[in-house]
Amino acid sequence: MRGRWLAKTWNHVWIHVLLWLLVLFAVYPVLQIVNISLRPGDQLYTTDLSLIPANATFDAYRAILFDKPFPTWIRNSLLVSLSTALIGVSLASLAGYAFSRMRFKARGVALQGILVTQMFPATMLLLPLYMIMRKVGLVDTLLGVVIAYAATALPFCVWTMKGYYDTIPVDLEEAALIDGASPLVAFVRVTLPLSAPALVITGLFSFMTGWSEFIVARVMLPSAELHTLPLGLESLASSYQTEWANYAAGSVLVCIPVVVLFLVLSRYLVSGLTLGGVKG
Amino acid sequence: MLESRVNRLALWFLAPTAVVLLLVVAYPFIYNVGMSFTNWNMYHFRDPSFNGLANYFKLFQEPEFKNIFLRTFLWTGVNLVFHVTLGLGAALLLNQRLPGRPLYRALLILPWAMPQYISALTWRGMFNLEYGAVNLLLAKFGIDAVPWLSGEWTAFAAATLTNIWLGFPFIMVVALGGLQSIPVELYEAARIDGAGPIRRFFSITLPMLRPVLTPAIVLGTIWTFNNLNVIWLVTKQGEPADKSHILVTFVYKAAFTYYRYGYAAAFSVFIFLTLFGIVKIYQRSQAEEAF
Repeated sequence: MRGRWLAKTWNHVWIHVLLWLLVLFAVYPVLQIVNISLRPGDQLYTTDLSLIPANATFDAYRAILFDKPFPTWIRNSLLVSLSTALIGVSLASLAGYAFSRMRFKARGVALQGILVTQMFPATMLLLPLYMIMRKVGLVDTLLGVVIAYAATALPFCVWTMKGYYDTIPVDLEEAALIDGASPLVAFVRVTLPLSAPALVITGLFSFMTGWSEFIVARVMLPSAELHTLPLGLESLASSYQTEWANYAAGSVLVCIPVVVLFLVLSRYLVSGLTLGGVKG
Repeated sequence: MLESRVNRLALWFLAPTAVVLLLVVAYPFIYNVGMSFTNWNMYHFRDPSFNGLANYFKLFQEPEFKNIFLRTFLWTGVNLVFHVTLGLGAALLLNQRLPGRPLYRALLILPWAMPQYISALTWRGMFNLEYGAVNLLLAKFGIDAVPWLSGEWTAFAAATLTNIWLGFPFIMVVALGGLQSIPVELYEAARIDGAGPIRRFFSITLPMLRPVLTPAIVLGTIWTFNNLNVIWLVTKQGEPADKSHILVTFVYKAAFTYYRYGYAAAFSVFIFLTLFGIVKIYQRSQAEEAF
């Protein structure tokens, strides 16, 4: 008996050791950013590895909030991300429903097509979109970026919604129809409320597309006053010297809301993916 | 009658998405294919003309083509192996009754939750020769500082490590979800039949996880193969001297730094077809094994 207990504890110790090693790997870079953001100006380049720097200060936070166009970046990013999320959720919740409930001719092809769009390299759509938007005057406007982001996020959102609707029994809607509800009412009153987790994930996903996208924004938004957070922070990170602390402070501020959201919602994260799977 | 009413509604539901996807995905896609047959670049910006397959020939004659192509496969392969082993390993560890499990889980998801560009820029800073945390840590073990970002292979290794860090939580979360849906009775029955832990893993855990892991691995492959952010930001646009590129970063630079539009369009088509082929082959092999 005693021997088995010992073996079991020993096993647990090993599991904790392994998990701690992984956690160290996962968390260390995050601690790095926090550490840099708290460093006083004369200690930016240091060979010290301690977690909280000596003479820690919030100077960088003050600098980024009041001396940098950080508020403008936030405004632009919020505008872009919220619009993307709105488009993503509203269109995908409708289209996903059609794919889940309806059998029409091009259904299989369309579903495959949506998956295939995930394989496009970024340049495949970005380059022509850039050319097209130049022609119609949407380069260097936030609207142009929103359109590009919606196009990126939509296929994944539709797929997630479809996967989730698949798990909701059709009987519930049929019962509503038999009770005399119109199909639209059945959808809005029965199916949509049941799909709350998927709607939230779709919203989060499309919001994050806008909130953290760098490559498209870099091409589409040359003017400084339209810069989104990623562009702004990148400019701080690539400039020399003192901006490193400002970059870190800005990053911490940008990360906190999305990381919190992400952790709160993490248990819904893969429901669409795992349940929807690859089944047609 | 009911059926037709539902169908008509569904059509209306599809219309907005269809319009958006046709305009901003299908049309640009066709436009891109068209561009790939032209000499559109900074010298012919206003008067591009049709040049047939010239861009596609040029692509294969690119002196760096073979290296970039192979490096992309190496990049995807190494990342995938580590994503799956670390992700699956973490999920197996977390799937036990342990004190502090939710905390471990939350901390291990962090790399996924952070915006990618911030992680990439931070890792770039950590690979700094004199002040980066990586070299400072190595120094503690008596290893000399490595000039990570100035050698082509070390820069590539730095980007790979960054991406391993970024990607394992996704597989972990997927696998954890899958593990929790495996009925405990299966394990109990196997234990009664005398199957050891290794046998149980290969005969129960892995096969049961497959329907969940396969789509995640396909998606992971696609995301890694086409990941522009990490290489672009960690190696600062392919430094040193454009020697650390994978296919997508190379095309992005050709298009938006060197304005070689037609050429980049052809390259994009090539990348897409390559990836499409890989995914098809993988799915077919999975489907066959399943029988």
